[in-house]
Amino acid sequence: MLHVNNLTAAIGDKQILNGLNLDVGAGEVHAIMGPNGSGKSTFAHTLAGRDGYDITGEVTLDGADLLDMEPEARAAAGVFMGFQYPVEIPGVNNMYFLRTALNSVRRARGETEVGARDFLNVSKKAMDLVEMKEDFLYRSVNAGFSGGEKKRNEILQMAIMEPRLAILDETDSGLDIDALRIIAGGVNALRSPERSMIVITHYQRLLDYIKPDFVHVLVDGRIVKSGDHTLALHLEANGYADFETDLGDAAEQSFAGAQS
Amino acid sequence: MSESTRTIEELTSADYEYGFSTDLETDIAPPGLDESVVRLISSKKDEPEWLLEWRLKAYAAWREMEEPDWAKLEIAPIDYESISYWAAPKQKPVLDSMDDVDPDIREMFDKLGIPLHEQKMLSNVAVDAIVDSVSVTTTFKATLLEAGVIFCSFSEAVKDYPDLVREHLGSVVPVRDNFFAALNSAVFSDGSFCYIPRGVRCPMELSTYFRINSMNTGQFERTLIVAEDDSHVSYLEGCTAPQRDENQLHAAVVELVAKDRAEIKYSTVQNWYPGDENGVGGIYNFVTKRGRAHTDAKISWTQVETGSAITWKYPSVILQGDRSIGEFYSVALSCRRQQADTGTKMIHIGKDTTSTIISKGISAARGQNTYRGLVKILRSAENARNYTQCDSLLLGKECGAHTIPYIEVKNPTAQVEHEASTSTVGEDQLYYCRQRGMTEEDAMSMIVNGFCREVFNELPMEFAVEAQRLLSISLEGSVG
Repeated sequence: MLHVNNLTAAIGDKQILNGLNLDVGAGEVHAIMGPNGSGKSTFAHTLAGRDGYDITGEVTLDGADLLDMEPEARAAAGVFMGFQYPVEIPGVNNMYFLRTALNSVRRARGETEVGARDFLNVSKKAMDLVEMKEDFLYRSVNAGFSGGEKKRNEILQMAIMEPRLAILDETDSGLDIDALRIIAGGVNALRSPERSMIVITHYQRLLDYIKPDFVHVLVDGRIVKSGDHTLALHLEANGYADFETDLGDAAEQSFAGAQS
Repeated sequence: MSESTRTIEELTSADYEYGFSTDLETDIAPPGLDESVVRLISSKKDEPEWLLEWRLKAYAAWREMEEPDWAKLEIAPIDYESISYWAAPKQKPVLDSMDDVDPDIREMFDKLGIPLHEQKMLSNVAVDAIVDSVSVTTTFKATLLEAGVIFCSFSEAVKDYPDLVREHLGSVVPVRDNFFAALNSAVFSDGSFCYIPRGVRCPMELSTYFRINSMNTGQFERTLIVAEDDSHVSYLEGCTAPQRDENQLHAAVVELVAKDRAEIKYSTVQNWYPGDENGVGGIYNFVTKRGRAHTDAKISWTQVETGSAITWKYPSVILQGDRSIGEFYSVALSCRRQQADTGTKMIHIGKDTTSTIISKGISAARGQNTYRGLVKILRSAENARNYTQCDSLLLGKECGAHTIPYIEVKNPTAQVEHEASTSTVGEDQLYYCRQRGMTEEDAMSMIVNGFCREVFNELPMEFAVEAQRLLSISLEGSVG
């Protein structure tokens, strides 16, 4: 479904992604782990369409060229990104924001828009999923939200947008164990055969709750090792040190399956 | 120029949708101003002698005064001799019912979205429609009169309620108050008058819609609102003008009198023609608005200023009575080459008086936006309180935002707070919205409307919707 081939990204002189390859099939959950500065967030943003990167390579979603699309067109094509740092929009009511977002992609797809009352029903279901109270809908988007509330709001949006491909960028950062449990529960409930997910994280902890089908290790802008969820356990025990030495070799080797 | 800056420029260069003009047969005075013009206006309106004297006194004062130059505005010199001070659409002289309104005028107001047919209107808003110098009709007059509320054109008030007018005219804004107020006092042509008797809560929103139509004319209207003890009124004002290449002068005066425990809520959506992106044309808007609040009275100004090439306007409250309250909520948008120097004056005289100022300035394209506000606490004002918040939003790199607060405190028990912020629409905000599927235009409009939310919340419902739409249109344009 998602096909990433030899993707590079740079900001000015600084090369961040160095020929990244990844294939994500329908219904699969892929975890991407890696040390700070390895390019995890940049990878997420290149998929979502953030401005400011010089990009080469190929990224397709269901055969359509993503790199050629504006961010809003990618959203309409089914790309959703859960932000590591959700942005505050003072004065804009959360429900209004969510409904505008949903109707924007529906319009772009030629579907009918959802009216205010129907939307309230849709959002109530989604809110139960992340254990949010209704007053949440009437507050300004992320303004004055706690870290945990912001992340729950991202999952709420994902539940409402029903994306084809969800990219969750460090959704677990800054969460206490209860919030982590709630968010993981929301994500698991949204797993489906039609929906693929890329879960970016530093820590294995999240993967105790969200069991990925595949785990990839990203170092210096490329995937240096792929495996199943046991790879995450290996990383937890040994850190990334194994992969940071002699990258040239590592990149050329083929890593299939777990090597713990 | 970065891509996002370019887009912001495109987003802020939309067309002015009220720029059409209507061919009305118009009675227009030759340009120029001298005593004979003042007399002509007064005689056209068949005014009593005292009012002519009052005008002449104002004219004499104006002759001696100089244009103010302290505002942060660059204004091409105004030639007061090239302006015509009287323009009135010719129509049947007496209007007994709405059906008598000239069909061309009715059509013009339909086009502006202000139907003058009572049965077609929002049922709870009465409208006084003013074209150029005169009031063409006032709706719901009879219904209001049943409640004892007088709502009519200024000219009618002078004829029908001369004592009320004479008692209050100039009582809040004296003829010598400032250059433009003096000019208005000399040549004002019409306007709205409303009077709410003691203990009455006005049963509907009152509104005046101002339309400049003729070329080379000025518009000088006066509004006087008197709210007797324990009464309550909400008043709305809207304005548009055709798109023309020359600048047109609009110098209005609004006086509010809120007697003991009365409340006046005055809302404005000002959308005069702003001129084009090169600064050609547009209305020069010099307005003096002031209210006097007696004991336990409350005056609240809310303004959404999106139009005019020049805006010079400081709706103010004299907090004369003890425990009186003054409020000022403002959104001012400067796009294209618009310049706005606007704010308020809160003059605390009575004890335990309270004022609140919330100002939201938006600058885009090559617009310049200045907040200028005075909070003055006199010696007599024990325990006065003021809270001021000025937020500026910059869209683009060639615009400017300025905040000039003046605070004068003569009583040590005063508590005065001032907060100010300047921000831009963040690229991260736009990206976040676009990742959720919104176009850049929709995202921008949503973020800007959010910035103005505190002020829009103060507007009556119908106006809030209109203000939001207006702001979106003013910022809209073709992307890419």
